[in-house]
Amino acid sequence: MSASTNSSGAILRANLAKDLRLEWRSKDALNAMGFFALLVVVIFALSFDPTAEESRRIAGGIFWVAFLFAAVVALNQTWAREMRNQVLDAYRVSPASASALFLGKVLGNFLFVGAIEAVVAPLFMVFYNLRPLGPAWQLIVVFLLGTWALVANGTFFAALSLRTRNREVMLPLLLFPISVPALLSMVEATTTILAGDGSAGMWMKMLAGYDVIFTVAGLLLFELVMNAE
Amino acid sequence: MRRDQTILAVITLGLLAYGFYQAIYVAPTEQTMGDIQRIFYYHVPSAWTAGVMFFVNFAASLVYLVRLSPGIAKVSGMIGNIVATICVIATLLLRDPLYTWTVKFWLVFSIAVLYFLFWRLAKHTSQGRADAWAVSAAEVGVVFCTIVLITGPLWAKPVWGIWWTWDVRLTTTLVCWMIYVSYLMMRKFSDSSQTATLAAALAVFGFLDVPIVYMSIRWWRTQHPAPVFASQGGGIDPAMEHAVMMNWLAFLCLAGLLAWMRYTLDRRRQHLDYLHTMEALSVSDPARRPTELKGIR
Amino acid sequence: MSAPSKSHSLPADAATEEQRIALDRVSKVFGRVAAVRETSLEFIHSRIYVLLGDNGAGKSTLLRMMAGLAQPTSGSITLHGYTRERMGYMAHASLLYDELSGMENLRYFAQLYGMAANTDAVSRCAGVMSSVALDPALATPVRDYSQGMRQRLSLARAMVHSPQVLLLDEPFSNVDAASASQMTALLSKLRHAGCLIVLVTHQLSVVKDVGDEFITFRAGQLISSRRRGQLRPTDIIQ
Repeated sequence: MSASTNSSGAILRANLAKDLRLEWRSKDALNAMGFFALLVVVIFALSFDPTAEESRRIAGGIFWVAFLFAAVVALNQTWAREMRNQVLDAYRVSPASASALFLGKVLGNFLFVGAIEAVVAPLFMVFYNLRPLGPAWQLIVVFLLGTWALVANGTFFAALSLRTRNREVMLPLLLFPISVPALLSMVEATTTILAGDGSAGMWMKMLAGYDVIFTVAGLLLFELVMNAE
Repeated sequence: MRRDQTILAVITLGLLAYGFYQAIYVAPTEQTMGDIQRIFYYHVPSAWTAGVMFFVNFAASLVYLVRLSPGIAKVSGMIGNIVATICVIATLLLRDPLYTWTVKFWLVFSIAVLYFLFWRLAKHTSQGRADAWAVSAAEVGVVFCTIVLITGPLWAKPVWGIWWTWDVRLTTTLVCWMIYVSYLMMRKFSDSSQTATLAAALAVFGFLDVPIVYMSIRWWRTQHPAPVFASQGGGIDPAMEHAVMMNWLAFLCLAGLLAWMRYTLDRRRQHLDYLHTMEALSVSDPARRPTELKGIR
Repeated sequence: MSAPSKSHSLPADAATEEQRIALDRVSKVFGRVAAVRETSLEFIHSRIYVLLGDNGAGKSTLLRMMAGLAQPTSGSITLHGYTRERMGYMAHASLLYDELSGMENLRYFAQLYGMAANTDAVSRCAGVMSSVALDPALATPVRDYSQGMRQRLSLARAMVHSPQVLLLDEPFSNVDAASASQMTALLSKLRHAGCLIVLVTHQLSVVKDVGDEFITFRAGQLISSRRRGQLRPTDIIQ
């Protein structure tokens, strides 16, 4: 029915707008995540000599590990917000669909993490004296796909961790093992493009496949997770 | 221990003894590696057994999810039956001499069997049972996976000269182990009265991830130098193969026995929960107990 | 969905005789503790039910189960002539976003109930807000509200979609006497319009003149159920 798809689209928009507005007011996630990512990048730069030629080889890895950690900070924040005053209960009693909440959160987190990446990535290029030898536009595709992979799974597992004791610790424990293929693809693709040897196409396809599979799985299973007592 | 479990235990012990005899005394010594190669008779069957257990965990979790709603269970049962029928018909048609019958036959046949078994199970296994199987299989799977991760380096050090290498199988096994350990941790830390539901969702994610992990690591390794293998391919002595297969059978029985015992234990825990619930409601008379108790039976 | 934005006035215009919520031997057990124990009750439209009892008597759990937030361990809750979409729930926590203003909160929740983000919905939200004596133009985030204002906004949130059933958990806690009497006046207006209201409270004095039935719980068990006027001092154990 077109009316119901319309309304669930409207609810998705409402959720996204609400998340953006909340973040704009508090800037909890953005501040914490941005500073955290910057710290990790600087600490790595101090631990490995960033001027050496080898750093080009590991730069992709450092960048994505920094963002994997930073995303965890943001993901915990965005769900903590729904738990404060138990607002999630108000969502659960309403007829709005669980998948609209999930997708809204994924989109919101995607924008937050993407925004921080857009700021930190140039800084990172400067710190490590990097310039892509391969096609630079592919870097953008990798960033989009990679960020989606992190936040789609991350949003799902953050919601799952809400129902555990010490939930802040639980999220990385669940997210990191599952994210191994995505992380590997992001790092390899980024490194390939930066070093300019060979094609990153295969890794991008891998990332796209990963995104599709886990977004669908998340959409299907999120309702169970949201309604668990 | 239940009586049928005792019988299985005796069979398992016999098989383990026979497998040990085959592996240590009967199988010939490998030419280049020497006796150290015999660890393979434990390493490989453990890996396969862990794989089977993780699959059981996935199947049980799917059964659990399907059983969440009777409507889905009914529909999925119907779909399963239809798919199984189509597969059986397809297998019969594939006997056409134009096809090489071995590969395609077994492929389609195994799909048919899996579907049939799975959807039949989905229709007739209760949620409590499915969840008990899921947790038991995951725990036993992690144990066997740990054995693989310990015996591998023990073999690798003398043969490759290194304890560990980031080879496809090693890395996939390690990631797989991490996924299922995180699954067990989530169950342990869960604060929810619906741990089983959350765990089932996580199990689906984990199992979906395993083939992707394998593929990604394979592509990753093809871009890097692979470690030099001491012996590549070649024919395997029938006695060696026999020893591997016997040990696999023995390990499968052992894993099955352990999972079964763990399952019995979990079912008792569920029953205890049920009794606690009844006690809390102070219903001592069994006839007055509510027959339909959500989340327990 | 029938457009709820149309009903500017009062909800539940077509309350019929069979509109009721039936609880059949409902129990809820957490671990080894029974929060609610084999409770059978019937809630009929156009009435205000007051659930009384000590802390931990199981009133809130009962309300959560009626709202569909928790599943009963055994027994069943059946809605006759009602749907979950037309139920409003006010919890002990505020169920509001602290960073948003009152109007922003209401408009978000109105959208969850399928009200489009148009002027109709805006005037509906503004109307609800004025009905609890809050200024719709107030831009202060909820964080800076007083406890009484927050409670009234919570009530407004619960009734933003003109529900036919209102489930209210401690609506008068930390509310000053003036606000409380405003809220009770509103509730009894809704009741006369056909709304079914179930409220949990400690403060019997606030509701003793508006409640129709007073149900007392102790340790998860139904102790007594009395009509207004038949209430005895022994029914309330402080």
